[in-house]
Amino acid sequence: MWNYTEKVMDHFLNPRNVGEIPEADGIGEVGNIVCGDAMKLYIKLAADQKTIEEVRFQTFGCASAIASASALTEMLKGKTLEEAARLTNQDIADFLGELPEEKMHCSVMGMEAFQSALESLRKKHPEYALPGDLSSAEGEDRIVCQCFNVSERKIREVVLANNLTTVEQVTHYCKAGGGCGGCIEDIEQILADILGKKKEAAVKESQTLPGNLTNLQKMRLIEEVFEQVIRPGLQADGGDAELVDIDGNKVQVRLKGRCAACHAAEQTLKLWVEAKLHEMVSPSLLVEQIK
Amino acid sequence: MSKDIVYVDNNATTCIDSEVLAAMQPFLTEYYGNPSSVYPFSGPAAAAMRQARQSIATLLGATPEEIIFTSCGSESDNTAIMSALQTQGGRRKILTTVVEHPAILNLCRSLQKRGYHVDYLSVDSQGRLNLDEARSLIDEETAIVSVMFANNEIGNIYPVYELAEMAHAKGALFHTDAVQAVGKIPLNLAATQIDFLSLSGHKLHAPKGVGALYKKRFVPFFSWLIGGHQEHGLRAGTENVAGIAGLGKAAELALRYMASENQQVSVLRDRLEAGLLASCPDPKVNGDPASRLPNTSNICFKYVEGEAILLRLYLAAKVCASSGSACTTGSLEPSHVLRAMGLDYQALHGSIRFSFSRFNTQEDVDIILQVLPKIIRDLRELSPFGRAKA
Ligand SMILES: Cc1ncc(COP(=O)(O)O)c(C=O)c1O
Ligand code: FES
Repeated sequence: MWNYTEKVMDHFLNPRNVGEIPEADGIGEVGNIVCGDAMKLYIKLAADQKTIEEVRFQTFGCASAIASASALTEMLKGKTLEEAARLTNQDIADFLGELPEEKMHCSVMGMEAFQSALESLRKKHPEYALPGDLSSAEGEDRIVCQCFNVSERKIREVVLANNLTTVEQVTHYCKAGGGCGGCIEDIEQILADILGKKKEAAVKESQTLPGNLTNLQKMRLIEEVFEQVIRPGLQADGGDAELVDIDGNKVQVRLKGRCAACHAAEQTLKLWVEAKLHEMVSPSLLVEQIK
Repeated sequence: MSKDIVYVDNNATTCIDSEVLAAMQPFLTEYYGNPSSVYPFSGPAAAAMRQARQSIATLLGATPEEIIFTSCGSESDNTAIMSALQTQGGRRKILTTVVEHPAILNLCRSLQKRGYHVDYLSVDSQGRLNLDEARSLIDEETAIVSVMFANNEIGNIYPVYELAEMAHAKGALFHTDAVQAVGKIPLNLAATQIDFLSLSGHKLHAPKGVGALYKKRFVPFFSWLIGGHQEHGLRAGTENVAGIAGLGKAAELALRYMASENQQVSVLRDRLEAGLLASCPDPKVNGDPASRLPNTSNICFKYVEGEAILLRLYLAAKVCASSGSACTTGSLEPSHVLRAMGLDYQALHGSIRFSFSRFNTQEDVDIILQVLPKIIRDLRELSPFGRAKA
C-alpha cells in the first residue's frame, strides 16, 4: 500500500515549477528511462551570478520521484548556489515530511540532479565563482551495480551521508543491488570497509577500555558481542545459543538448534565462543555450557 | 462489494460472492466440528467437504477423488513439482516458462541451487510460447513440465493440452498452474493428459487461503505436507472447512455464470481498450490478441511510470488496478513477464493491468475512460521523454 505523507501527495498531484527554461544557466540530467526514473533540472541565476532565480524540472518516475523533484525546486528557489550545495537528500525527505525508506533513492536522485546542474554551470560559466565539489566520499568511479549503473563513489556517498549499515538500505537509497543481485557481495565489501574504518576510529577513541572495564560495562559488552557476533555466527550454521548468566568471569551459555545436538558442542564453545569473547571482551573470561 | 471503489484488479484477487459467504457461515459458527470426528455433530462439516469436492470436480471435468484441498495456489504449485521430483525415478530436469507466477519461478530457482536442472521456455513479443522449443527441451531426464494455463499479467492462454502430450511422449509428468484459468475456461480434464492442475479460491470469488490441486487418478504422488490422514492421506492438516465450503460454492457459481460472465467482461474489456486507444497518446496493448483471457487487459503508456498512473487513478476516482512497473512490483525491476516479451523500455515502466469480473459494470469502464486520458497527458507533460510527439 502507498505510504505517503500528505505533503508528498500534494507535490505529486500539484507539482511546482514544472517545465523547461530555454535560457537556463545550468541543466542537470540524471537517471534514464531504462531504470525507470529520470530527472532534468533547469537552473537560471540572478544577475549576481550566484542566487538561483528560477528553477524548473521534468521527471519520469513514480509518485515520490515527482514529489521529490518538486520539493527540491521549492527548496532551491532564492537560495545562493553556496547554500544550495549544502542541501542533502535527507533535507528533501524532511521537507516532504517523510519518504518511505524504499523510496529514498528518489530524494538521492534530486540531489544528484542538482550536482549535475552545478557541473553544467561550471562548464558553461567557468568565469563564475561556484561552490566546489563538496562530496567527501572517496572511492573510484568504477561501476559496481551494472543493473542500475551505480558507481562505487555514489555508494560511498549515500552510505556516508545517510549512515547506512546494510545492503538493503543501500538498495533503498541508490537502487544498487536491487536487480540481479550480482553486486551484493561487492556492496557488502564497500560497507565493511566503511564500517570497519568507523569502528577502528571508535576503538581508538576508547583505547583504554579493556582492563578497566567496570562490571556493568563488561556485562554489557559481553551481551553485545553475544548478540552481534556469536549468535549470528552460530545461526549461519543452523545453530543458536542463549546467554544464561554472567557470574564474575564465568559466562554461562546454553547451545540451541543444531549446536545443541552437535557432538562437537564442547569444542564449539571453547574454540569459538570463548575465543571470540577473549578477543573482543577480555582474555580472562571462561565459558560454561548449561544443558 | 464496497461500491465507492472501481475495482478492476480481479486477477490480483476477487470479492467474495454473497452466496459463497452464506455457504461458509455455518462452518464458522454453528458446525465447528472436525470433519474427521465420529459423532453426528461433525456430519455437516464432512458433508460440506464432500459436496465441495464434487462441485470442483464438476467444474474441472474430474472425479472427486482427484481433488486435493490445499491452502492456496502457491501450495498446489509447490506440491505438484516437489511430488514429481520424488516419484519420477530420479529424473532431475524441470521444464517451465519465463512467464510463470513466482510460486513456480522462485521454487524452480531454489531447486536449481539444490542441483536440479531447470529450463525456461522463452516467449515472443506477444508473450507466446514456441512449441518447437518445448519439444526440443523435453527428454528422458525431464521429471515434470509445468506451464501455466493462463498468465496473470497479460492474460495469454497457453497450449497446455499439446504440451501435456509432449511431456507424456517422453515419460514426463505435466502440471499446469490454472489459477487464472479456472472459472474462465471450460475444462474437461478427464479427456486431457494433464496430470496436475492448481487452482486458488480467491481468484474466483471464494476467500483467500484455500486452493486445490487436481491430481489425475493413478498419477504417483509424494506428500508435501506430512501428518494426519486428511485428504486421503495426501495432504495433512485439519481441513479449512469453511474455506472449502466456500470454494465449492464458488465453483458451482463459476459453472453457472461462466458463459455469461465471459461475454460480459469481454464487452467491458473491449470497450475500455477501444476507448483508451482512441484517447491516449501512444498506447499499446500487451499480450496475444488471438488467445487471451476475456477479462484481462494489459496496456502500456509510453514515457510515463505505472505507479504514478495508479496513484492518480486512485486519487481521481478510487480506481484499483495493477501495474508491472518497478515501483509496484515490490522490487526495483519491472514485470518479469513484460521484460521477457522484450517490451520497449519507454513502455515497460508504464504498464497498467485492468482485470474484470462479473461484478464490474459499464459505469466502471466509463469512469476510467473519463479520468485516465487526462492523467496520461498530465504525466507526460511532466516527463522529460517523448516530448516531440506529445
Ligand atoms: C498464476 C498464478 N499462480 C499462482 C498464484 C498464487 O495463488 P495464491 O495466492 O493462492 O497462493 C497466483 C495469484 O497470486 C496466480 O495469479
Ligand atoms: S548488478 Fe547490481 S543488482 Fe544487478
